[in-house]
Amino acid sequence: MSSGDDGLHVIIEFGGGAELLFDKQKRHVVNLPADREWTLKLLLFWIRDNLLKERPELFLQGDTVRPGILVLVNDADWELLGQGEYRLQKGDTILFISTLHGG
Amino acid sequence: MEKELVKEIAELRKLLHEKENKLAALRREKEILQSYGLSNNEVCKYSRQILIPEINIKGQVKIKNSSVLIVGAGGLGCPSALYLAGAGVGCIGIVDYDDVEVNNLHRQLLFTEDNIGTPKVDAAAEFITRLNRNVKIIPYKLQLSSSNALQVIENYDIVLDCTDNVATRYLLNDACVLSGKPLVSGSALKFEGQLTVYNYKGPCYRCIFPTPPAPYTVTNCGDGGVVGAAVGTIGLLQALEALKIILEMPGVLTRRLLLFDGTETTFRNIKLRPKNLNCAICGNNRTIHKLIDYEQFCGAKANDKNPDLKILRDDERVTVEDYHKMYNSQLTPHILIDVRSPEEFEICQIKNSINVPFTEIEKDGCLALIEAEVNKRQQEDDIVEVFVLCRRGNDSQNAVKRLQKYFDNPNVKIRDIEGGIHAWSRKFDPLFPIY
Ligand SMILES: [Zn+2]
Repeated sequence: MSSGDDGLHVIIEFGGGAELLFDKQKRHVVNLPADREWTLKLLLFWIRDNLLKERPELFLQGDTVRPGILVLVNDADWELLGQGEYRLQKGDTILFISTLHGG
Repeated sequence: MEKELVKEIAELRKLLHEKENKLAALRREKEILQSYGLSNNEVCKYSRQILIPEINIKGQVKIKNSSVLIVGAGGLGCPSALYLAGAGVGCIGIVDYDDVEVNNLHRQLLFTEDNIGTPKVDAAAEFITRLNRNVKIIPYKLQLSSSNALQVIENYDIVLDCTDNVATRYLLNDACVLSGKPLVSGSALKFEGQLTVYNYKGPCYRCIFPTPPAPYTVTNCGDGGVVGAAVGTIGLLQALEALKIILEMPGVLTRRLLLFDGTETTFRNIKLRPKNLNCAICGNNRTIHKLIDYEQFCGAKANDKNPDLKILRDDERVTVEDYHKMYNSQLTPHILIDVRSPEEFEICQIKNSINVPFTEIEKDGCLALIEAEVNKRQQEDDIVEVFVLCRRGNDSQNAVKRLQKYFDNPNVKIRDIEGGIHAWSRKFDPLFPIY
């Protein structure tokens, strides 16, 4: 992995219980390698390979997130941004929120 | 003696209730009604909100003439009902099929210890009536289903989703879309909560979540736990959104989702997608025209109770009675692994059990720990007996399945204990708390 100013700095956040799959850590500041154009779809696989600690089936289903997880870029639904095709920008905050059903 | 007292108190309470109603009716007759439809008593009671320009007399009349249906009298429904009643909503319907249980009381503050075992909707109605006699409460002690939902909802202006399970959430959404009612949806778990308004100038639940989550990805409050003040915060906000809809105010939480994190005390407002033109129930070419079977659609029951799983073969399980015999006789040396969370293990535990939480069981450290125990036993016995225990006998079966992969050895016999520590508590250790 590259370091310093070469890579793409983004913030990855988890909530609604999704953080339990990532060592209970809700916020991760990461530097993605500068060797490619990063899309949200590529980021999903990168997260699976680099941040995910357990049970990938609770995060991904096929090449997207499992039903019940919302993906937000800078607090906006990824559906508004082209979903997996969205090209990540420097400083983006990507939030994965597991929806709650209890009451 | 205890039973007689309980009975006597219930009778006295009923008598008190009747007398209170009589007194309220007497007072109502003497009330002076203003031409705009509020009595002097109501003007005085609601004056502190009538003074707000967004509400004023016209708004208070709207609130009085409105009706709200609250589905679920739990940690969300209790505070919403309380604040809607306080604000003077004319008619509040409350749907819940459950009776009050002692584990409800820390967050469902309409109920008192005296209400345990009585229907939630009746206890709620009694409390709210005492709070505000101008509010008409209609209790529905029933499980909302595809056959009754539309009939119940039709009488109300707004519906609050205060339920605790996925199947009922889809049912309520579809029923609200079919009957054109706004749905104020809240949910909570642990220290977190989520809130949004569906089917009101924006998307419905299905627009955002066309596919239900797999049942194994859903955590309920009975397993995950919930903080009363966190779920209560969301319940209060549901009441607020309902009032704003009644008052036809702008700024309703539609096409937005509010995320509340009580651990950091943050509120985050995220922007959701608009109505999906291809939505199965609210889109242009809808494929759902009437209510469907939601338990089948979600692959899960329409409640938050845990069903009894049957994953293992009979010879891979031991009844709690048989385990109790082995435990007492001490003739069968064995390893007992308790796969509950450390928090649950702390509540109560069987002597000499080892705590390896279910979520950690396949981690290297935990496997090594179990392996060390197995090796130790192997030096003394040809066959090593391992028993796995959980809360109710569901996780323990999955844990056995996982462990069998790692200990693929005919001399290591791994079984689970049916019914878990609950069965043990009920049958053999009445001093254990059942949680
Ligand atoms: Zn829709």
